[in-house]
Amino acid sequence: MNQQDFERQHEESWESLAHMLEMLESGRAKRRNIALFSLPDLGEFPTLYRQVCHDLALARDRRYTPYLIDKLDRLVSRGHQHLYTARTHATARILDFVGGGFPALVRSQAGLFGVAFALLYLPGLLLAIAIHFAPEMVYTMLDPRQVASFQAMYQPGSTAIGPARDSQTNFMMFGVYVRHNIGIGFQTFAGGLLLGLGTLFYLVFNSLFMGAVAGYLSHLGYGSTFYPFAIGHGAFELNAIVLSGVAGFRMGLALLAPGRLGRLQALKEAARISIRLVYGVVGMFLIAALIEAFWSSSGTVPPDVKYTVGAGLWMLVAAYFLLLGRNRAP
Amino acid sequence: MLHSCPIPSSSHSTARARLSKIEPFVLDGYSTVETPEGVELKLRAAGPVARALAWTIDLLIRGVLYLFLGVLPAVLGKAGLGLWLISIFLGEWFYPALFEVYADGRTPGKRALGIRAVKDDGTPIDWPTAMIRNLLRAVDFLPFLYGFGLCAMLLRQDFKRLGDLAAGSRVIYADEGPTLPVVPRAPGRAPLQPLELDEQWAVTEFAARSEKLSAERAEELADLARSVTGCTGAAGVSRLIEMANWLLGYR
Repeated sequence: MNQQDFERQHEESWESLAHMLEMLESGRAKRRNIALFSLPDLGEFPTLYRQVCHDLALARDRRYTPYLIDKLDRLVSRGHQHLYTARTHATARILDFVGGGFPALVRSQAGLFGVAFALLYLPGLLLAIAIHFAPEMVYTMLDPRQVASFQAMYQPGSTAIGPARDSQTNFMMFGVYVRHNIGIGFQTFAGGLLLGLGTLFYLVFNSLFMGAVAGYLSHLGYGSTFYPFAIGHGAFELNAIVLSGVAGFRMGLALLAPGRLGRLQALKEAARISIRLVYGVVGMFLIAALIEAFWSSSGTVPPDVKYTVGAGLWMLVAAYFLLLGRNRAP
Repeated sequence: MLHSCPIPSSSHSTARARLSKIEPFVLDGYSTVETPEGVELKLRAAGPVARALAWTIDLLIRGVLYLFLGVLPAVLGKAGLGLWLISIFLGEWFYPALFEVYADGRTPGKRALGIRAVKDDGTPIDWPTAMIRNLLRAVDFLPFLYGFGLCAMLLRQDFKRLGDLAAGSRVIYADEGPTLPVVPRAPGRAPLQPLELDEQWAVTEFAARSEKLSAERAEELADLARSVTGCTGAAGVSRLIEMANWLLGYR
């Protein structure tokens, strides 16, 4: 068939596909938030798109003019964007993730969880014990100005976290915690791309930093203000950092030991798993920031209550990850 | 230069050999993906310069945005400062992802540069892909100003940074480029001898481009096909255009 006949025969379907694409691209279907193909005038879209794909293959095979091939190529490219768009039911999927998908996912990474957990808690614990007995060691991690500011903040009777703190300040601190902590979580995750070394660094560094602060404050005898403050949100915050570490190590491990896959393919698959961990991590950091800003800092609640609630929160987190979503694959 | 149309001589076998040698050219930076329908799509990778410019535009937009949101602390006091910090956090980590998912893979900067982020198979970006490629930006940015990202891009033909590698995404040109020229209309005329597919293709390609060539160059090229046209010079050019029309079906 010569090109002119071919064009004459199919021109009509090309034009109606172009028309549909204009409608789709103007975002009409999207804005109205209706299922794409339920629109009466768009019902033919998939059939028409496949027809044009067929025409393009024919045009290429028959070596029709580049102009025609290019024209069909553009129609197919645009159609491809719309036919293969992912349509997700976000709310249902979030609920499903929180209600069991996330804990099941974490349990499936138990080995890496153990490693990240040890790396976040052990070095800091050892340094805290060392500093408790040899306080000058605090200067290996903090400079004198930081030491002075922590000392002032957690001095018994300090106004920084005392009853004097109003709700305005609480909200400001919420912003500070969100920005700072989730940033740390993201960096710990992203560092996994450097063969896991970045993740290792952030875990150990944060561990030592927190260990230094805790050790020095308990040496000063400020433990009675520091620990009631830290215990509540710590359940979410510290374990969220551990899970960021798991997400990072997952990618690093894929690069170091890709198994039967190519390194690039292993990395892509690991990143898909990791990013779901990161979603959960963001949620945990948000909860932690809320607790830290509005509960931990409250000066009117007696320490005993804070210890009790804090212990409850730790058990809640443990129960969540151990018990939920047992009946599903990660 | 002769402008006459003598009967073709014996040299047509060499001319045919020359015409058949023309092969489809390959351009760097193009990659093809196959759709489930079995057709191949061309994707044109966007390079470091276009992407850096797009990033700079986005940076400026975010900067101006933060500046305007700076009224929050002024009006709402410390609570406003909290809101401001949260908006900076959202802006720094989620601004690109949000646009990539909801605005066809294009942040305002990418839109200005005519580029877009897509998945490896050319389909629109979804949430996991957008989140992976944008959170891993932190590593591409190391040791300073996208050092690692630039190295990764320069080592690859498809200009992927590390985040793109892990996410399975790529940045391509979204604009479709100039339209290709059409064969100028002329009364159709059959070639003096049957042409093979490659040769037909060469004739129509030449006809489509003839108007963009200088007259001298067009004649020079047309002379190569004198065994087919039986002419040289300007007459050969117009003969080829007529033949192209005939081949396309205008008879």
